[in-house]
Amino acid sequence: MSAQIEHAAGSAALLKCTGLDKRFGGVLALAQVGFSIKHGEIYGLIGPNGAGKTTLFNTLTGIYPCDSGGFTFAGAPLAGLRPDQIAARGIARTFQNIRLFGNLSALDNVMIGRHVRTGAGVFGAILRTRATLAEEAAIEKRALELLVYVGIAARANDVARQLPYGDQRRLEIARALATDPKLLALDEPAAGMNATETLELRKLLERIRADGTTILLIEHDMKLVMGLCDRVLVLDYGKKIAEGPPREVQRDPRVIAAYLGGVPAGGGEAA
Amino acid sequence: MNLSAHPRAKWFGLALIALALIGLPFALASVGTAWVRIGNLAILFVFLSLGLNIVVGFAGLLDLGYVAFYAVGAYTYALLASPHFNLHLPFWVILPIGALVACAFGVLLGAPTLKLRGDYLAIVTLGFGEIVRIFLNNLSQPVNITNGPQGISRIDPFSFGSFSFSKNETIFGLMFSGPIKYYYILLAILLLAIVVNLRLQHSRIGRAWEAIREDETAARAMGIDTTRIKLLAFAMGASFGGIAGGMFAAIQGFISPESFVLVESIMVLSMVVLGGMGNIWGVVLGAVLLSFVPELLRYTVEPVQRYLFGRTFIEPEVIRMLLFGLALVLMMLYRPAGLLPSAVRKRELTKAAE
Repeated sequence: MSAQIEHAAGSAALLKCTGLDKRFGGVLALAQVGFSIKHGEIYGLIGPNGAGKTTLFNTLTGIYPCDSGGFTFAGAPLAGLRPDQIAARGIARTFQNIRLFGNLSALDNVMIGRHVRTGAGVFGAILRTRATLAEEAAIEKRALELLVYVGIAARANDVARQLPYGDQRRLEIARALATDPKLLALDEPAAGMNATETLELRKLLERIRADGTTILLIEHDMKLVMGLCDRVLVLDYGKKIAEGPPREVQRDPRVIAAYLGGVPAGGGEAA
Repeated sequence: MNLSAHPRAKWFGLALIALALIGLPFALASVGTAWVRIGNLAILFVFLSLGLNIVVGFAGLLDLGYVAFYAVGAYTYALLASPHFNLHLPFWVILPIGALVACAFGVLLGAPTLKLRGDYLAIVTLGFGEIVRIFLNNLSQPVNITNGPQGISRIDPFSFGSFSFSKNETIFGLMFSGPIKYYYILLAILLLAIVVNLRLQHSRIGRAWEAIREDETAARAMGIDTTRIKLLAFAMGASFGGIAGGMFAAIQGFISPESFVLVESIMVLSMVVLGGMGNIWGVVLGAVLLSFVPELLRYTVEPVQRYLFGRTFIEPEVIRMLLFGLALVLMMLYRPAGLLPSAVRKRELTKAAE
């Protein structure tokens, strides 16, 4: 009920979410969640464990259907679309528990990300037409560029699951970027990273935004969220309890209460 | 791999292999014409294994009813080129038709099973194989389509005009028997199939299959239409089965539902697994081995026992199954990814041991 007021007034909104409900049996995982993300923003999504952040991601990317309400992306509703169609519309994501194609090389992972923006079919592949060969070369070139972009070009031929943890996170971002997304949705990209790696990640995300991709970020690292995000949305028990610039949200008593103990951010979270 | 650094050595090797393949039927014929036929059946099994490899090896969908597509291809050929309906279309027209019909059956099987994974998919495909066989057995009434358990006989051989692949011929003083002529055309079609497989594997579609095999959820999130791509795997695999079936019907001249039992599906799957799922050359090796070794046993077990003991204690068939079981156990223990595993599959199967 506290939700669904759109302050972005539509025009600049890339993603709009209104009255979103998601139920698992008797549990209301998301209740009347509403927000909107503007073009070029880095939008944070925070909240204690179990607040519904990943559920929101999964409904956004079509993995779960939502029970009521829904998303409008770049002016068109996303309701009823399959995950692959949503990726085709321009939303790419990473996963909280990294889901790379573990036994394939880093390069192959990113090349698979190009699938949705390319079109060679069975006959093209069998006949190796000139168009197919050109497309293949372009896929590989773009994939290598993306590996350079995220800083793991030296690992191109390494098997994905043998990469260090931080590199796997970067590879997942490169794979998502390969789909040419308008909105990049990252589910805890800094999880398990040390301070140096997190700093590098922050630079990478800032660069991605500067290059024109809007970012939706779930993150537990408060320092990262507060430093990076333009606005944040705070969820607790599936409800939106606050939204706004990090500094304001940080002082919101409801947010402090939600994070048990109420240590204002910067000192890490209790949940 | 390092061969590519020595192009000359590579070409020399290829030339040697080509020579061996060209000379092989004559070497086999000198042992006995039966061996040329065995060689031809081996080519068919390689063909079938390559098709099943697309479904099982590339896309990771366990299919235990693959022989159904083989049957569909064989019956398509038999019905269009035999006195049964008095149709006699040329083989180069029927083989593509057989591929298309089998492809349609592939989609028919694929569509309802898309949501199933692993064991469940295996059980449904197994059932599908049996359904097709039972249909073939019973579609003799009220309208006689398949001629039931009696099967269809006097199927036309391959022929170009008056050049028939079933007749003997002497060219340049060399005797080309029917099976030898078949050998060359089967080999040519097989080489084509291998090229098709290699190209598919290293393509956008091949990568999408790999992605689905590795992690279906992530594949979907990356924009891969898993429904379409899985159906494509079923359809491609089935087409290969259909073509192999057509060739089988032509060579044998007679087919009946008995040729398309579950054991055949399992045999083809064993070839794929033995050789190395996902690796085209491994699959070829697996199919050749499992085609020839049982025949070798058939020709050696009895004579050896007679020579040693004066009579036969163990039938070759028993020894065959015994060795087959032993080979399976040894493979699972020592080379779970196959004799020539694909690099990717090997990593998958050694994951647990890490």
